[in-house]
Amino acid sequence: MDLRYSAEDLAFRDEVRTFVRENLPGHIRDKVAAQQHLSKDDYVTWQKILAGRGWLAPHWPREWGGCDWSPVEKHIFDEELNFGNCPRIMPFGLKMLAPVLLRFGSEAQKQRFLPKILSSEEWWCQGYSEPGAGSDLAGLKTRAERRGDHYVVTGQKTWTTLAQYADWMFVLVRTDPAAKKQEGISFLLMDMRSKGVTVRPIRTIDGSTEINDVFLDAVEVPVENLVGEENKGWTCAKYLLGHERSGIAGIAYSKKMLDKLRRVAAEETIGGKPLLEHGPFRDKIARIEVELMALEYTNLRALANETKGNVPGPEPSILKVRGTEIQQAITELFVEAAGPYAIPFLPEALEGGSNVESLGPEGAAAFAPHYLNWRKTSIYGGSNEIQKNIVSKILLRA
Amino acid sequence: MDFGLNEQQQLLRDSIERFVQDEYGFDARRRIVASEAGYSPDHWRTFAELGLLGLPFAEEEGGIGGDGVDTMVVMEAFGKGLVVEPFLPTVVLCGSLLKLAASPAQRAALLPGIIGGKRRLAFAHGERRARHDLGHVEANATPAGDGFVLDGTKSVVFGAPSATDFIVSARTPAGISLFLVDAAAEGLSLRPYATIDGARAAEVMLKGVRVGGDALLGPDGGALPAIEHAVDIATAAVCAEAVGCMQAAVDGTRDYLNTREQFGTRIGNFQALQHALVDMFIELEQSRSLAIVAAVHCDDADAAQRRRAVSAAKVQIGKSGRIVGQSAVQLHGGMGMTEEMQIGHYFKRLTAIEQTFGDGDHHLARFQAA
Ligand SMILES: Cc1cc2nc3c(=O)[nH]c(=O)nc-3n(C[C@H](O)[C@H](O)[C@H](O)COP(=O)(O)OP(=O)(O)OC[C@H]3O[C@@H](n4cnc5c(N)ncnc54)[C@H](O)[C@@H]3O)c2cc1C
Repeated sequence: MDLRYSAEDLAFRDEVRTFVRENLPGHIRDKVAAQQHLSKDDYVTWQKILAGRGWLAPHWPREWGGCDWSPVEKHIFDEELNFGNCPRIMPFGLKMLAPVLLRFGSEAQKQRFLPKILSSEEWWCQGYSEPGAGSDLAGLKTRAERRGDHYVVTGQKTWTTLAQYADWMFVLVRTDPAAKKQEGISFLLMDMRSKGVTVRPIRTIDGSTEINDVFLDAVEVPVENLVGEENKGWTCAKYLLGHERSGIAGIAYSKKMLDKLRRVAAEETIGGKPLLEHGPFRDKIARIEVELMALEYTNLRALANETKGNVPGPEPSILKVRGTEIQQAITELFVEAAGPYAIPFLPEALEGGSNVESLGPEGAAAFAPHYLNWRKTSIYGGSNEIQKNIVSKILLRA
Repeated sequence: MDFGLNEQQQLLRDSIERFVQDEYGFDARRRIVASEAGYSPDHWRTFAELGLLGLPFAEEEGGIGGDGVDTMVVMEAFGKGLVVEPFLPTVVLCGSLLKLAASPAQRAALLPGIIGGKRRLAFAHGERRARHDLGHVEANATPAGDGFVLDGTKSVVFGAPSATDFIVSARTPAGISLFLVDAAAEGLSLRPYATIDGARAAEVMLKGVRVGGDALLGPDGGALPAIEHAVDIATAAVCAEAVGCMQAAVDGTRDYLNTREQFGTRIGNFQALQHALVDMFIELEQSRSLAIVAAVHCDDADAAQRRRAVSAAKVQIGKSGRIVGQSAVQLHGGMGMTEEMQIGHYFKRLTAIEQTFGDGDHHLARFQAA
């Protein structure tokens, strides 16, 4: 066994670090560091910069613009982007749809859509969930009827992240209402500017509007935008979910947030001494650190296993459950560090360039909203209860 | 032992629960929270008519002579309705300070206005470096003529935007003292804001605010015991409020598990969720027990006994509120995340309560020291 980075790994780390330092625009970095809301332009700008270096879609096959990186290199890359306060890479096109197109899409679909995902010219959103179909995704009711060379789609999607920015939505629809649940579903690509698409923002408990209802009223989708076979969309849907869960552990992100937490706690005082040196608080940070360290190596072990060609078993679910628990525990400590200053609600301070300042610790206006918002991580991407159901099925079958 | 409410307390509870049911539905509350004032003057008048604004004051002073248990009854019902009117700062916190420290003349000047609904008070005490330490006061009160000049900044002052009067803590040469300050006093300014739970608070800036000698509330330099006691009473009150929030969150989650269907069945049929609901319920019951203990002991003059009871309750409620609030959201799935459902608002109020009047670590240390 050898748990050290190789010399090449270290050189790669420095290369990424230098690239981020020299190319990430300062105003975007500052917003990310301050946990402020990013604009669509902020995301797109950064993605274009990464694409310019050939690093936007490392997990894609080489011929489509991927990097052939080892798991360790991917891990290093993820860390450096997080530590450098880069915006999150939007997963909908790059990490969710692209693998599906590469696996099930027609040549024409790949040619039409992948380059515009890579160039960030087209923003995608995920049209899976419906009011009646969340955990039980296969219970979806949005109906698509074939009429000549197009489908007519009617129904409602909900919780759709950043649909307000999206040019396109990949959407699960029911094409055969008579078939068994999973069997009558198809996977369509829908232009968000089509007639009959209405996006309504949903405000979340932290005050932001990152999710939406998407109402579909007789929306026409050309038949050529069907991915895979009609009524076989469930296969695509499940394939995508496997990709959605990997990377959701947010290990590098948690490391970065722990660093930030330590900085906040070093500035705050309790009885005249830094909060960071206060026994109970220090212990809580250390406990999370230990848990995170364990998860980091669990993740690296899982990646090493995948590289050997083994099919992932319960690992993605384990990473999702514990990773989100750790992220959420960190958000709780930010609230504790701010103390009474977690209570003011100053949404203006979360907008970049705003002259409204936080009260108390620097950036504290973001702490409670972040805590509230981050409850989503154990709900979406397959709730943590559903993940545990998956793992228990695997364990009990063994 | 008797854990029952007396007849008067039952009437009190019924009348407030009726008020919450009739007047404080989700949409009605939303309108109040979004309004300019951030509270409803109509409801404030109703509180006066119900006698709530005189709850802790003696009958001969126009109040109804209530104790910690009466306050608990009111606050628990307010918790269920997520009531945002500044009852806690005015009646519980400042009311207790007045009871503990004010001279008969000061009480005669203020209580009729409070009880009648004309005055609302806020306690301007917290400061940037105070965290949860009540004895950390940097604001200055410099003797001048027969009065004082006040300078300093007070942080996260609940109810400040609607307050007509403030009780301000500041240091005189003798030590921590309290002062009555008119909200319109020259040199007093506010940076008002909403709080994460839909209430209002402000930073209170004092720059050369002149007050007369008769503004001094209680002994010069000896205010800390009264502050501590009043905050204990208010802490017991928010514990009771938290119990109301938790009760509503448990009920709401139970109802959701009984109606939401996934995989062709009510999600309440999934054992993982049944156990999560039971865990929430256990937290609620544990919290209720200590909220009662705190309510009974918060009026104790014996500071050690009082501290033990109140801090134990605050430790329990901090932990339980977190578990209940988070689980309520989790079990509602996406619905729990929306501003459009009441359940997330209980979570937010519970989050704010955890950081109000000292968090779990603070009270755990205080409990051990008591
Ligand atoms: C912020 C946010 C962003 C999102 N973004 C998107 C998006 O972009 N696109 C998209 O399609 N969807 C999105 N979602 C939706 C998300 O995938 C769903 O919320 C999730 O699948 C849960 O579904 P639900 O909300 O209907 O909850 P439900 O499925 O109704 O679940 C309610 C509760 O029951 C539990 N439960 C359900 N079934 C079981 C079971 N069998 N055993 C044990 N417990 C169970 C759940 O874990 C949960 O605690 C988003 C959600 C959020 C909160």
